[in-house]
Parts: sequence; C-alpha cells; structure tokens
Amino acid sequence: MSSITTRDAPRGFSASEYMTCLTGIVWREGLRFLHQRERFVSALVRPLVWLFIFAAGFRQVLGISIIPPYETYILYEVFIAPGLMAMIQLFNGMQSSLSMVYDREMGNMRTLLVSPLPRGFLLFCKLLAGTAVSLLQVYAFLIIAWFWDITPPPIGYLTVLPALILSGLMLGSLGMLISSGIKQLENFAGVMNFVIFPMFFASSALYPLWRVQEGSPYLYYVCQANPFTHAVELIRFALYGQVNWISLAVVGACTIVFMIAAIYAYDPSRGLARRGPAGGEG
Amino acid sequence: MTSPAPIAEPQGMPRPDPAAVPALSIDRVSHSYGPRRALMDVSFNVRPASFTALLGLNGAGKSTLFSLITRLFGIQTGRVGIFGHDITRTPGEALRLLGVVFQPRTLDLDLSLTQNLLYHAALHGISRREAAARSAELLARIGLADRAGSKVRDLSGGQMRRLEIARALLHRPRLLLLDEPTVGLDVKARADIISHVRQLVTEQGIGVLWATHLFDEIMPSDDLVVLHQGKVLAQGPMSRVIAEAGAQDVNTAFMRLTGAQVMPGGGA
Repeated sequence: MSSITTRDAPRGFSASEYMTCLTGIVWREGLRFLHQRERFVSALVRPLVWLFIFAAGFRQVLGISIIPPYETYILYEVFIAPGLMAMIQLFNGMQSSLSMVYDREMGNMRTLLVSPLPRGFLLFCKLLAGTAVSLLQVYAFLIIAWFWDITPPPIGYLTVLPALILSGLMLGSLGMLISSGIKQLENFAGVMNFVIFPMFFASSALYPLWRVQEGSPYLYYVCQANPFTHAVELIRFALYGQVNWISLAVVGACTIVFMIAAIYAYDPSRGLARRGPAGGEG
Repeated sequence: MTSPAPIAEPQGMPRPDPAAVPALSIDRVSHSYGPRRALMDVSFNVRPASFTALLGLNGAGKSTLFSLITRLFGIQTGRVGIFGHDITRTPGEALRLLGVVFQPRTLDLDLSLTQNLLYHAALHGISRREAAARSAELLARIGLADRAGSKVRDLSGGQMRRLEIARALLHRPRLLLLDEPTVGLDVKARADIISHVRQLVTEQGIGVLWATHLFDEIMPSDDLVVLHQGKVLAQGPMSRVIAEAGAQDVNTAFMRLTGAQVMPGGGA
C-alpha cells in the first residue's frame, strides 16, 4: 500500500491517469447501455421502421438522379441509409444529454463531478462515451441494412468511422448544450420535439437538396445552414470512401463551438439548487 | 484521538507545520440562492483524525455546504481548503484527498458492486489492476465480498450505504464527508455504519465530517458544529458546547442555542 501523506505541492495528473479515467467512463457508459435492452432495441427499431416501411413506400414517389457520391442510379433505401445513421446519432446525442439531466436530478452526476480531474475533461469523456455508444448502434444498423441490399463498398465501413465519431461528438455536444439550459427533466420532451424533428426533416437525410430547392428555395437555405445536413453528407460520402470537404469543415467547426459552449455552460448546481434547503435536503 | 483539543481558530490559518494543517477548513463562507441566503459567514475546521459532527435541522445549510466543499457549486464568498489545498484554485489536489458520501444514493443500480467500485477508481485515475485489488479488499472489509458480482439493486439500504462508504475510501482520501448517511436505515444498519466510520477515524486517521440531525449519533468526544439557518451557532468539543449553553445534554444545548423544538425521538 502506498503511503498516505499530506501533499504540499500539487502533483498534477499523468497522461495514464487521464487515459484510465477516459476508458473508465466509456466502459461504464457501454455497460449501462447494454443493460438497457429496451434502449438498444428502440434505437435500432426506429431507423429500421424508416428503412423497411417509409423507404419502401416512397421508392416509387421519389426518383433519385445520379448525384455524388453515388455513381449509378440507386434505390431510395440506399439514399436514406446515411440519413438514418445520422438520425441514430441525433437521437443518441439527445438521449445521452437526457440521461445527464436525469443523473443530475438523481445525484449520479455528483459521482462524476467529484473526480479530481478537470471538469472540462470529464465532460469531454462523457461525450466520447456517448459517441461510442452511438457507434455500436450505427454498426448494428449497418449489419441489418446489409441484408436489405444496402451494400456500400467494404472499405466504406472503415472510412465512415471517423465521420461517425465527429458527427457523434457534434450531436452529443449539441445535446449537452441544450441540457445545460434545461432546469429539470420534465422540460426535455418539448425540446426533443423542437430540436430533433426540425433538424431531421430540414436536412438532406430523406431527400436530396436539389429536390428541396425545386420546391422551396427558402427551405433549401435552411437545410444548407442546418449542421445536421452536413453530418448526413459527411457520413454519406465517407460511406463511399470519399470526403465532402465542406461538410467536414462545417461539422468540425460546429463540434468545436458546441463542445466549448456546452462545457462552459454546464453548471451542476442547476437542478440541485432547486432541491436545496427549501426542498428539505438541508 | 479520544480527548479532543479545542478547535483552532479558523481565522488566518498560518500553516508552517503540515501536521497542523486542518483536514478541512471553512473560512467565512457565505452562499445565496438568489435573494435567499443559505449560508452566512460560516467558519470552522475539521482536524485530521477527528470526528466532527455537523448538527443542524433540515434546511440549516448542511447540503449547501457539502456542495461547496465538493465543488459542485462555485464558492461565492470565503474559501474552502482541504489539507491546505484551496478548492477553487487547486480543485484537483483538494478533491484527491476527499471522499464523499452524498445523502441521495449515487450508485449505478444495474451494475455490480465491483463495477461500481472500478468506475469510481477510474474517475480517480487508478489503474485497473490496482483498482481491482483495492475493490476486493474493501468489499471484504465491509463484509460484501461474496456479493461482489451481484447487482447493486439487490442490496439492502444498509449494504448500499456501506458500499458507498467503501467507494468513497477507494482512492484513499484523508478527509471523509458524509451527508446524513443513516437516513432511512434501520437501527442495526445505523449502528454498523456509525461504528465503521468511527473505526476509520481511530485506525486510519481519517478526518470525518458527519452531517446529521440525530443527536444520538454524536459522542461526547466528538467535535461539534451547530449550524442553524445558515449560521454557525456554536462549535468545539461537544462537552464544551454543552457547558457553554448551560445545558446538561446535547438535546437541551441544541434547543437553547436554536430555540428549536426537539422531537421526542432524539432528533432535531
């Protein structure tokens, strides 16, 4: 046993201590996810419903011309697969931050925040852990989609990984930023509707943007300004071994801005203060 | 340490000698929630290897104080030091020396006992192998070694509390904070936890701050801080606090100090 002495001089933290902390947080988040089977199932069922039912119905309605990164005519299912992958991450990002609001209310968040490591780093680990969980969901979806004739080139499964990590971090940070503004759990459902649905529908997830432009030029600009559109396009290109540089730049910049804002805005006293002495906690 | 020396005056606190550094020093701390003042000019120390009881009614400001010490809230006025490390300026060094058991349960119910401990160890940067060894040792000490792989959900309230205390000790802190840790436990579980924590003080030299509103959890040898409506009304060895209040026992002393009505069950 190492001696316990009063430390007079700060000794800081080593890189391996940071690594241990990061892997510990990711590991715990993964374990929790595996224990919540309903969450895993619903995370998979949601995009599969879109794929099996919505896409089948719309196949005849929407004609897709040849647009990059596709080199031939494609089925509608193939077109919306990247959008559904991004949707999984969007839901997961919002759900992770929902669980952070829950943790904060239940007190679990305190366990994390009394760690001596810098708070910004702890929140970053939390975001990475949420992203890791979203990767599990996306790859499970891709496996099932493969049987549905969504067969990107084999290398695409690898090249899409960095794109997924970046988009996962962006959507997770956005969720955390939103959750930092939420005082209590009950307010969250409304925010889900005001964030998830507009972001998803005003994007290139379900229809190519040139189609949107034909219908409404204004909506086209909204879609272009929507970071989620760029997450979808980044994933779409990466799945075919290509880089959409504009989308990469937008998603990268949004990730940095959202993450810094989320870490800066995160205030653990929110939700606790409400139940402070007035709540009888003493 | 059974015969307590008078608590050092909190003001100034020069600390040339490491042995004299208080485990916890609260120095003129005030805190408000908007217009409502939860703590007013609170100052006291916890000596290393001592048991200090923070006695107060619900709403006295105990949990606010705990949130400030653990850096959950930013400090508005005053300062908090843990073995001389300022919680605002060097939170990492301060939190490293601190173990906490919060009043609400903060365990992952669906994870096993060991998994809960390993997670906490990781948050402190303790390597997996070392963490596994320490977890096994601590689980054995609290008599839950055979439950190591069970889900926390299956434990009783008292067992969960013991596990939380073990978890708080995993990174070998020198100061342990417990916020009303016996709330909701039966008599036997309460007694177990109190004696376990007192052992930590005498055998391992850990400084303990024990927040409670139950008089029968305090012993004559303890240091006492009476917190009422955000103010420290009295502090020092329990015997002195009682004598200064001109009372015979802690119940009467508390009543005289606060003007509060004492419940028949021995709690404030």
